[in-house]
Amino acid sequence: MFSEFLQYLFTGITIGATYALIALGFTLIYNASHVINFAQGEFLMIGGMATVSMTAMGVPMLLAVVLAVILAGLLGIALQRLAIAPAKDANVVTLIIITIGASIFIRGLAQLVWGKGYHVMPNFSSSEPIEIFGAVLNSQSLWVLGVGAVMVVALVYFFTRTLTGKAILATSMNKDAARLVGIRTQVVLMLAFMVSALLGSVAGIVVAPITFTSYNIGIILGLKGFVAAAIGGLGSGMGAVVGGLALGVVEAMAAGYLSSDYKDAVAFSMILLVLFFMPRGLFGAKIVERV
Amino acid sequence: MFKNITRRASKFAAIAAVGLLAMNVQAAEPIRIGSFLSVTGPASFLGDPELKTMEMYVEKINKDGGVLGRQLELVHYDDAGNASKALNFASRLIRSDRVDIIVGGSTTGATMAAVPLVAQAQIPFISLAGAVVITTPVKKWVFKTPQTDRMAAERVLNDMKERGLTKVGLISGTGGFGSSGREQTLAAAKEMGGIEIVADETYGGSDTDMTAQLTNIRGTKGVQTILNFGFGQGPAIVTRNYAQLGIDLPFYQSHGVASDGFLDLAGSSAEGLRLPASPLLVPDSLPESDPQKPVVEAYKSEYEARWNEKVSTFGAYAYDGLMLAVEAIKKAGSTDKAAVRDALESIQGHVGVTGTFNMSADDHNGLKADSFRILEVQDGGWKLIN
Repeated sequence: MFSEFLQYLFTGITIGATYALIALGFTLIYNASHVINFAQGEFLMIGGMATVSMTAMGVPMLLAVVLAVILAGLLGIALQRLAIAPAKDANVVTLIIITIGASIFIRGLAQLVWGKGYHVMPNFSSSEPIEIFGAVLNSQSLWVLGVGAVMVVALVYFFTRTLTGKAILATSMNKDAARLVGIRTQVVLMLAFMVSALLGSVAGIVVAPITFTSYNIGIILGLKGFVAAAIGGLGSGMGAVVGGLALGVVEAMAAGYLSSDYKDAVAFSMILLVLFFMPRGLFGAKIVERV
Repeated sequence: MFKNITRRASKFAAIAAVGLLAMNVQAAEPIRIGSFLSVTGPASFLGDPELKTMEMYVEKINKDGGVLGRQLELVHYDDAGNASKALNFASRLIRSDRVDIIVGGSTTGATMAAVPLVAQAQIPFISLAGAVVITTPVKKWVFKTPQTDRMAAERVLNDMKERGLTKVGLISGTGGFGSSGREQTLAAAKEMGGIEIVADETYGGSDTDMTAQLTNIRGTKGVQTILNFGFGQGPAIVTRNYAQLGIDLPFYQSHGVASDGFLDLAGSSAEGLRLPASPLLVPDSLPESDPQKPVVEAYKSEYEARWNEKVSTFGAYAYDGLMLAVEAIKKAGSTDKAAVRDALESIQGHVGVTGTFNMSADDHNGLKADSFRILEVQDGGWKLIN
């Protein structure tokens, strides 16, 4: 009985950590521009697919990971420069629609380059699962959790201690004022897209040994990541992590104790409940807008 | 005067010659085989090997002198996996291309879209899609070559019973293939008796972890074996989770993942699992006495030599469809549609790649559940279990 509960919990935390990493990417771009970047899932896909295809060509794993992350970073910059920047005076909704278009484009490109098949990536360390009180934990889950924790700490440090991070925050609060004090807002935006792409691709690489990877893996994981970010309160790093973990655990518990048929329904009704009672999410900033 | 007569005579001769020529042309007019397949789009993994197989064997048959002394002509359209396109193309094949027989329909959706049209036009149609609904209830003009998922379910449950496993935990995908497989497994278990489905779990098509469902099944009282009915990457994830959880119950998969791609994805976790599959996966381990052995070996080597890619069970459905059509036309001695249909229905003991076809008025598929072979994964490869 207890071992079953523990198994559901481990499953939930592993999936949840994945969602959290994706949610962090959403948070970052939202903080910089109030845009919800629906191409976030594609960064995840690029990370996984590029690593797999490069290792298949004989590139050593570590180098392949670094190159894949760089590729995703460049793609993030390209997305901001070529798709978002030209529409600079457009409102936020238009920009969000642009990111949806970009995601479809990237997905199509990936399908042409890498085909439609699913690909495997080996575990980073041993493929033997770890057994705790009768429940088993995939050793890759520890990597997901570890990498996730490092990312969160790094992001918190970036936003509170570095000038660039503060510049991003300033831009998000008031673009004109930020420009007046000498912040080059276009560069800041580009930076935000790049960092968020890096985050996404790292997430894609660490989860690929668990989920497999293919050209369309970004759709549903991206969507779940967005749900996690919204539950946590868009814009809050802490919220993204808590939202992701909560979503993962609720999903696993629903599949285990209720019925696997209702797993997704439970997850998506969770966002309704949270937004109904706490419209700004669990950790959302308590801003009152004057009308 | 005389000049006039000769002129008339030569005119007459010319007309007669043209007439003769026309008759000759008519005699040598090719037999037109129509086809609509999902060569591109989401079902391209079906349509692509099917089209390659059809092209290749139409060529081969023509080189060997054709059928009834006439050449074959393949008229093909790509429905891209879209049922309404399939309907348009079926209509074009019948009305403007005036084909003699249709062999095609990669997916159940495309097939069922074309069925009413085919029935109305009264033209024989051999479908290459899987679902039970295509030939149950029997439709006068519609035949099909792949086994149904019902047969796969029966084959697996029989193998379980033979091993003394009677309490089954079922886990299935919620996609079309998985949910139809689930229904057929439940129905087959009820009908067969002596075997019971004690757990019934599902997972979504893009789920990335099924440990919760498997833990549930493992915790079900009395469960002796687990069956996964699904398609795509889901079953590979189930297989991996199964190995991670260290479940030691006998494990079965469906024919939906009977391909080498599945082995690549699931890796060493697939070791020891069983599934129903076409003999095409294990041509070398078939016994010499197996009548299908030469057919399977010939198809595999010819396909691989021609296209330089691995043969797939889906291409074999097209091979069987084309060969059944050819045999029916030979038997009928003409391309008269009603005669060909009657001939198709009376085909007995036709040895194909998928199985041995015994058609009848109430069975337009002609295969039995035992045309599936039970394979076990051993040392990263397929092993035939007798």
